[in-house]
Parts: sequence; C-alpha cells; structure tokens
Amino acid sequence: MKYKLLSVALGAAIGFTASAATAGTLDDVKKKGFVQCGVSQGLSGFSNPDAKGNWSGLDVDVCRAVAAAVFGDDKKVKYTPLSAKERFTALQSGEIDILSRNTTWTATRDTALGLNFAGVNYYDGQGFMVRKDLGVSSALELNGASVCTNTGTTTELNVADYFRENKMKYEVIAFEKADEVIQAYDAGRCDVFTTDASGLYAQRLKLQDASKHIVLPEIISKEPLGPVVRQGDDQWFNLVKWTVFAMVNAEEMGVTSANVDSKKAGSPADKRLLGVEGNFGKNLGVGNDWAYNIVKLVGNYAESFNRNVGPDTPLGIARGVNALWSKGGIQYAPPIR
Amino acid sequence: MVQNYVRTKMSPDMAPPATETGIIGWVMKNLLSSWLSVVLTVFGAYVIYLIVPGVVEFAIVNAIWVGKDGLDCRSIADGGRVQDGQAIGACWPYVQAYFSQFIYGRYPLEERWRVDIAMFVGVVSLIPLLIPTIPYKRENAIFLLGVYPFLVTILLTGGNIGIGNGAWGFLAILMVLGVGFVVFQAKTTQSIQISSGLKIVAAIGVAIAIVYLALGFDYGMLDVETPLWGGLLVTLVVAITGIVASFPIGIILALGRRSEMPVARLVSVIFIEFWRGVPLITVLFMSSVMLPLFLPEGVQFDKLLRVLIGVTLFSAAYMAETVRGGLQAISRGQYEGAMALGLSFWQMMGLIILPQALKLVIPGIVNAFIGLFKDTTLVLIVGLFDLLGQVQASFTDPVWSSPATSHTGYLFAAMVFWVFCFGMSRYSIFMENLLHRGHKR
Repeated sequence: MKYKLLSVALGAAIGFTASAATAGTLDDVKKKGFVQCGVSQGLSGFSNPDAKGNWSGLDVDVCRAVAAAVFGDDKKVKYTPLSAKERFTALQSGEIDILSRNTTWTATRDTALGLNFAGVNYYDGQGFMVRKDLGVSSALELNGASVCTNTGTTTELNVADYFRENKMKYEVIAFEKADEVIQAYDAGRCDVFTTDASGLYAQRLKLQDASKHIVLPEIISKEPLGPVVRQGDDQWFNLVKWTVFAMVNAEEMGVTSANVDSKKAGSPADKRLLGVEGNFGKNLGVGNDWAYNIVKLVGNYAESFNRNVGPDTPLGIARGVNALWSKGGIQYAPPIR
Repeated sequence: MVQNYVRTKMSPDMAPPATETGIIGWVMKNLLSSWLSVVLTVFGAYVIYLIVPGVVEFAIVNAIWVGKDGLDCRSIADGGRVQDGQAIGACWPYVQAYFSQFIYGRYPLEERWRVDIAMFVGVVSLIPLLIPTIPYKRENAIFLLGVYPFLVTILLTGGNIGIGNGAWGFLAILMVLGVGFVVFQAKTTQSIQISSGLKIVAAIGVAIAIVYLALGFDYGMLDVETPLWGGLLVTLVVAITGIVASFPIGIILALGRRSEMPVARLVSVIFIEFWRGVPLITVLFMSSVMLPLFLPEGVQFDKLLRVLIGVTLFSAAYMAETVRGGLQAISRGQYEGAMALGLSFWQMMGLIILPQALKLVIPGIVNAFIGLFKDTTLVLIVGLFDLLGQVQASFTDPVWSSPATSHTGYLFAAMVFWVFCFGMSRYSIFMENLLHRGHKR
C-alpha cells in the first residue's frame, strides 16, 4: 500500500515538468494568455534585446502585432531565442506559436518541413560590401577579389554561382562566426565582405571606420524573410498572415499609430480595416478591432521599418524593394474587404 | 720565544657573495643559471613584452570609462564622439550598461532580489563549509545539499510547481504524510512491529512529499520561467548543479565498475562508456532538438532541466573514471585490513578506502569541475544564454555597437571565468596541502 502511494507521489513529482496541449493554436494562445514567439539570439534591427532585456526589431514587431490582434495588448508575448539549427524543431514540437526569426521562405521549408510562411515582412538578398578606396562601383568589377563569408551557409554557394556565371575569378576566405568574418574584413584580409544585405548594414557598425566602406548595388539572391507557423492550422495561419497584411495595408492607407483614432471615422476602407464596419476580425477568430489594436500599439509597416532598421537608426537601411508597390517596391497586401 | 697566534674567537661570518643573495642571486639562480635558461628567459621576456603592454594599453590606458552609448567609443570621423587620432581601447561603459544583464540575463528587474538572496545564502553557507576550522560541518552540509537546492528552486522559479496535477496528487501527498506519521508513531505504541527498512522507505516518502508540497506551494511570487534566466546565473546554476550532482553519481559508478557483481559492473561500464563516447554538444543537441520530436505533441520538458540532466550524466561519467583512478591506487592491504576489522562494504568504503582515494585524486576532480564550469558555455547552442552567450548576444545591440565592443565583451567574460576557475584551483591546492598524510614529496 505504502509503496503504491509512494510511486503515485513519485509519478506526480516527475509529472510537474510536463504539460499538455490541445488542437487549435489560437485557442491555446487565448487560454494561456500570451503568444510564444521564436526569435533570433540577437540580430540588430530584426530581433534584439536591449540592455534592459526588452526585445525590439522588425521580426519582434510581428509577434507584438499578433498579440495586439488577439489580446489587444502587444506586451503579451514571450520570446524564445533560438539558434538557426533548432528553430524549426521548436516550431514543429509546439514549443513556440510563431517563428519570427529572419527565416528565408524556400520551397523545401514550405513543403517538406511542414511549415507555412505567413507572408514576407522583409525582402532581403545577398549583397557585397567593399572599401571605398578599392574604386569599385559594381559587383561585376570584382574579378580576382578575395571574399570573406561564413562557412556552410547559402551565402557561400550564392557567391560561387554568381562569380562562375559572370566568369570572374575569386578566392573565398570563410569563417565560422559572423564576428570573425567582419574582423577579418576590417583587418584587410579580403577585399569583399558578403552576407545578406540587412546583415551587411548591421555588421558595418562594427567596423573601425564605417564611412570608408560602401555596399554595392547588386543583390545576387532572393531572401524573402517572414514569420512561420505550423502547417495544418489554418485559423492561426490566417491570423498571422493578415496581421502582416494589416500593417502593410495600414501604411498604404496612411493609417498610423498617431492618427488611427481619427481614421475610425475616415473612408469606407479605413472603417473596414479598423473594424468599424464588417466582421473581418470575427472571421479571423479575434475581436473586430484587431487591426486597430495592431496599428495603435505597434504601428503600420512603415513605422515599424523606420523604428527598427530605417534611415534614422544606426543600421540606416533604405526602403528599397521593401517600399510599397505603389512607391516602386514590392510590398503588396491584398485588400481587407 | 715564539708566540703562537691562537685565535680565541671565531671571526664573524662573511656575507655571501652578491651573486648568491637578494634579487641578483635569485635572478642568477633561477633565470640565468645556464645558457638554456638565458635563452628561455629572454624568450619569455619577449613574449611578455609582446602581450602585456598591449593588453594594459587596451584595457586601461586607452580605455574609455564613461559614456552613454556606442558613439562614445567611436571616433568623430566614424560618426562618434572620440577625437580623431586618439587610440580607442576597451569600451567599459558598455559593460557597465549591460552588467546586470551579464549577471541575471533577462530575469525581470523587480524580481532580481530573489537571485540576490539565493546567491547570498549560497555564499554564506558555502564559505564556512570550505574553511576547515569552522565547526558544524555536518549540519552545514545537510543544509547546503538537502535544503538549499529546493530553496533556490523555489526562489528562482517562484514555486507553485506541480499542484497543477490536481486534487489526486494532493491527496496522495497527504496520505503519504499520514502513513509516514503512523509509521513513526508506531514505535511508541508498539502495536505493530515496524522494520527499519520500512522506516527508511517511509522517511523517503515523507521527504518527497514535503519537497513536493514546498515546491508546489503558491508563495505569491511571480513565476519566472527559465528562458528568462541568463548570464552568470545560468552559468552558476548549470555548473554547480553539474558539479554537486555528478560527484556522488560518479563515485557510485566508479565503485560499480570495480564491483565483482557482474550486472552492476556491466551497467556501470555501459553507462560510463556511452556518456564518455558522445560529445557534450551532441548530448545538448539531442536533448533540445531530438527529444521534443519523440515526445507527444505539446508535451515538453523545461529546456534548462534537460540541459541540467544532460550535463550531470555527462560529467558523472568523467568523474567516475577520475575516482576509479584513485581507487586503483589504494593497495589491497587496505581492503583486507578493513575486512579483517569486520567492516561492512559501505563502512569499508566510507571510512577506509574513499577518504584515501578521493584525497589522491583531488587534482583530477577539480580539473573535471573546472572543465565542467567552462563547458557551460556550450549551452548557448541550445538557446540558453550563459555568461558568454549573454555577452555575445549584446554585441548585436545597435545602440552599443562600436569597433571595440566585442573585444571588451570577450575581455570581461574571460576575466569572470578566470576568477572562478582560478579560485577553484587555489582552493584545491589548499585542500591538498591540508590533507596530505605523508604522501607528499
């Protein structure tokens, strides 16, 4: 008898570390009261904790926007910093609800890995940085250059493809860590530093004299980065997808966190976006003021972009292809109607 | 008449030649005694000359001591505030700004007093244990190993773990407590015979029940999840848990491997060889990447707990081999003598063999501890931020980004690790000298 009780107690003691989950992610999120968001272990402008430990960045804003849509409170997010290797497992195993970690949308990931990309919040692509005194203004003039990059990443393959395609000679000097790559480049061990363009701007801050370096205009690969959810949960997928769209739509319609209250009495499209008319929020499984909360608490896409990576931040990235489709870029969102 | 000169007093001793005493003597004897020594001395001096002035210049002379963001560690030409041409050394204000994050990670600001108390109680109860002349060792050790871990768990997590299993769990606990009470009371009433084995089982049951209740009690403290822990806190939690838990497991394994019972020996050998055969990184990866896939969807173990178990089992295997080395150095006569005195196996081990064996392998044990302490930096790859991980993560903050930031951060991390590891090393030497019983050269 006593032994039996003991084993019950033991079993219960071991059981406290485990917890069970149910079917729909949205219901789970509502029940536990926060969104569990997978982010990077620190990437300037995208997901980065500051000295007080608060997370900020373009990818972080997606998570905050989802929390705003679900709860009307952008602070109901818990962040899980993930390495590149464990990010997909964390999503598949249900450890996180959204993966918003500068993840490139590729066919393999979308299909074979059982994931869904809920949109693109930053169109990235691999670029080159060189010293100004090299006198180079185009990547096509880089014949014979030595190139610093990370080992074992797609950037190395992209460089190989690009140089071979253009019949140029080059020499790769590869390092394990981003920090070592930029140090080597700064020390003059190579002529060119290559990585994703957003990374180029972030790494440039670590150079001895950033003003002596330029980023070349050529982009040699497509790296659409966006939030990811598990495949097979359409309700949650829709919610994250339309959260991203709502921010882009808000920018296009000129709705900002400052004027969102007055816009409630604006055009019919404004009213639909902000939940004064229609049932768009209900259809997503959240309140009709979902987009109002997103814009009010997080801002539209332009606000998020400028706050985290824009020209006034240390990164100083121009909108480029990430401008709205109506302004020469490719950020485009289906209408809310 | 010749008068012989007879000395009646000894002449005073002459001072030794200048080349044998003082600084000159020391230098002549230790640095310049032969041509090889001269060459080595010159070479060593050259290496010191190469390294030390550079470090001092970077860390002290050219260092920047005050500032409010990374621009204060950047030259004007580079968009910063430091005069052009002035050499820029370490950017200490960055460490200052990030200091609390390096210590606590992202532990909530208003809850950090809990970490402070846990660390304070730990230090206050550990120091008397380390100083040989202070009494009450047994009570101190019981507190530190039996009570303190649960106190820390409750303080750091906020308690309130486990009662979520519902009323049944609670009921079971109450029954265990009740039965335990009955068993202990039984002796005085003498109504039934209670064997001592049963009593031990009851005592263990009551202990588990009390721990379970203590961990499950809602103390009204904010629930701080382990992903928020970081910095030195995680380094210490992982290292100390690994060190404390792996030591007894390692001793058991070492005894098992030398046992004459085939099953015990086989199990120990398989365990040791398995855990020694896989790299720690693999263990951590398996626990964080593969384990979640094996578990049913939605069921998950705390990541830090997974790491703690992995690190403990891993270092226990190494500890077992270290201890086995000590056991092998004890001569057969010691065993036979103990057996002749009629001691049981555990008495023989506890009173005769282990005290000698463990003393012999103090350097090896401390070596394993230091290695474990430094291996904690590997937890970064499973997304936990130890001290080094927290330092590296801070490099990406655009506010503090400057050419010197990462150098400064690494220098800081190195200093902290060195202080801890050097401390352990010195204490081990102190213990060796204290415990030497005629084995010393």
